Amino acid sequence: MKHTIKELEDIAFQVRRDIVRMVHGCQSGHPGGSLGCADFMTALYFEVMNHSADFTMEGKGEDLFFLSNGHISPVFYSVLARSGYFDLSELATFRKLNSRLQGHPTTHEGLPGIRIASGSLGQGMSVAIGAALGKKLNKDTSTVYSLHGDGELQEGQNWEAIMFAPFNKVDNLISSIDYNGQQIDGPTEKVLSLENLQAKFEAFGWHVINSDGNDMDSIVKALHYAKSLTGKGKPILNLMSTQMGSGVDFMVGSHKWHGVAPNDEQLKTALDQLTSTLKDY
Amino acid sequence: MKKYTYTEKKDTRSGFGAGLLEAGKNNPEVVALCADLVGSLKMEAFIKEFPERFFQIGIAEANMIGIAAGLTINGKIPFTGTFANFSTGRVYDQIRQSVAYSDKNVKICASHAGLTLGEDGATHQILEDIGLMKMLPGMTVINTCDYNQTKAATIAIAEHHGPVYLRFGRPVIPVFTDPDQKFEIGKAWMVNEGTDVTIIATGHMVWKAIEAGEKLAELGIDAEIINIHTIKPLDEEAILKSVKKTGCVVTCEEHNKFGGLGESVARLLSTEFPAPQEFVAVNDSFGESGTPDQLMTKYGLDSINIIEAAQKVLKRAKK
Repeated sequence: MKHTIKELEDIAFQVRRDIVRMVHGCQSGHPGGSLGCADFMTALYFEVMNHSADFTMEGKGEDLFFLSNGHISPVFYSVLARSGYFDLSELATFRKLNSRLQGHPTTHEGLPGIRIASGSLGQGMSVAIGAALGKKLNKDTSTVYSLHGDGELQEGQNWEAIMFAPFNKVDNLISSIDYNGQQIDGPTEKVLSLENLQAKFEAFGWHVINSDGNDMDSIVKALHYAKSLTGKGKPILNLMSTQMGSGVDFMVGSHKWHGVAPNDEQLKTALDQLTSTLKDY
Repeated sequence: MKKYTYTEKKDTRSGFGAGLLEAGKNNPEVVALCADLVGSLKMEAFIKEFPERFFQIGIAEANMIGIAAGLTINGKIPFTGTFANFSTGRVYDQIRQSVAYSDKNVKICASHAGLTLGEDGATHQILEDIGLMKMLPGMTVINTCDYNQTKAATIAIAEHHGPVYLRFGRPVIPVFTDPDQKFEIGKAWMVNEGTDVTIIATGHMVWKAIEAGEKLAELGIDAEIINIHTIKPLDEEAILKSVKKTGCVVTCEEHNKFGGLGESVARLLSTEFPAPQEFVAVNDSFGESGTPDQLMTKYGLDSINIIEAAQKVLKRAKK
């Protein structure tokens, strides 16, 4: 382990502070899913992935990460900045004019750490598969990671990708699902139920593992286990239970905080619950 | 009128297949993807030579575009192959976000464009693809006119960094361009120098423009014929130089008149050198089943239509 679980949890606290402050700063953005994935993203960038903040698009010999549910850009930007990809102060520009931190991630403004634009949902798994196939062609044994919303799986392109990866033995791919059961219009069960996701992925030929995405120990163990499953002929799916808004009591578990920014008072309440472990940007 | 002859007819898609094999030999980073249309896209030779560099995606074009975008991240130069309709309209948002906005070096190669797809009918005959693709910032749009030009263009786009839409077709048509040509993206080809009227043609319409030019010469009209194979970026200099000389222009394309080459020329001329223009193009319509020749006649894309358009526009010429 590069870090103890406690150290990783501390980083995730700070990432959560970054998220609510960024979204508050521009009164816009998606705090719910960002908070729910703070632990996962921290585990990935500070513990699991072999990556360099000295960014190259190709990332030769490095593990790559693709965020398919691009609306949770605040958590992505926070972990990238905290990993040294760009200056922390730039987080203050989120969603503002002339910023590299666009509402949804993009390569277009040259922000280090971003390898594909995402936001229009359902495209990230295909891109991750392409990157994984490219790694294989280049005899690069590193791993490709991707993250997807659960509601996002309603987009049909995902199922093209889900069908493709096992058939083509894309076994250097670890995809995770932010399984929070919420989407903009309400609980996923009510909008368009995903039914038995594990059975669906298994039927397509994936190796499915489960984890608690808001328990650092669980998520680190799951990702290390997932890594041990690579190279065995199957893509790996980490079905990761999370809570939208995790870490901020009045946001937890509600789709209402999918895409709403906290006001000044709510920000104060949120920050009171999130200890500053590293320095605020 | 310069004399053009041909000894054989071939389909432009076979030019793509030959060019792809060549590009694959030239550069080990070239890879190819196909959505269950290997035979139609003439990709067999590439697959035989480089089986490990080919990806059969199945009937899943959205996934194909995404995978191609992902492959570029490792320095690969992916060529995707399917029909023009499934290469563009079906996957517009995937191209927009994962390729164009993400500045990925993907070559979207589209066969069976336009009416000359023939009997399959309007579901497969896209006439809007040039418009869709040229609207995307940073996208290069190329529509080739014969086997040799398609082969040369395929080789050339592998050496160009950035997203490209390469449009070609199904039918066998005369092979009349130089087999050893060097294809220059964005550079017009002067087919015939003339003084009376400028005829700008792309794709399958170039040969028809040559036929029209010969007939016009017999009628005493000296047509300048320009092949614009690259609709974006447009060779503005060549077009302006010609229209300043002739004072009028006919644009010819196997595409809806809305959003195609003609509109690109009109946009240029309206700002730089307003001049009378006639459009030989499909008049805001879907196609239908029929043989390619029948369809080109019914929808007004024959050499006679170019001749009539030239005569009409000449009456309004500026000089």
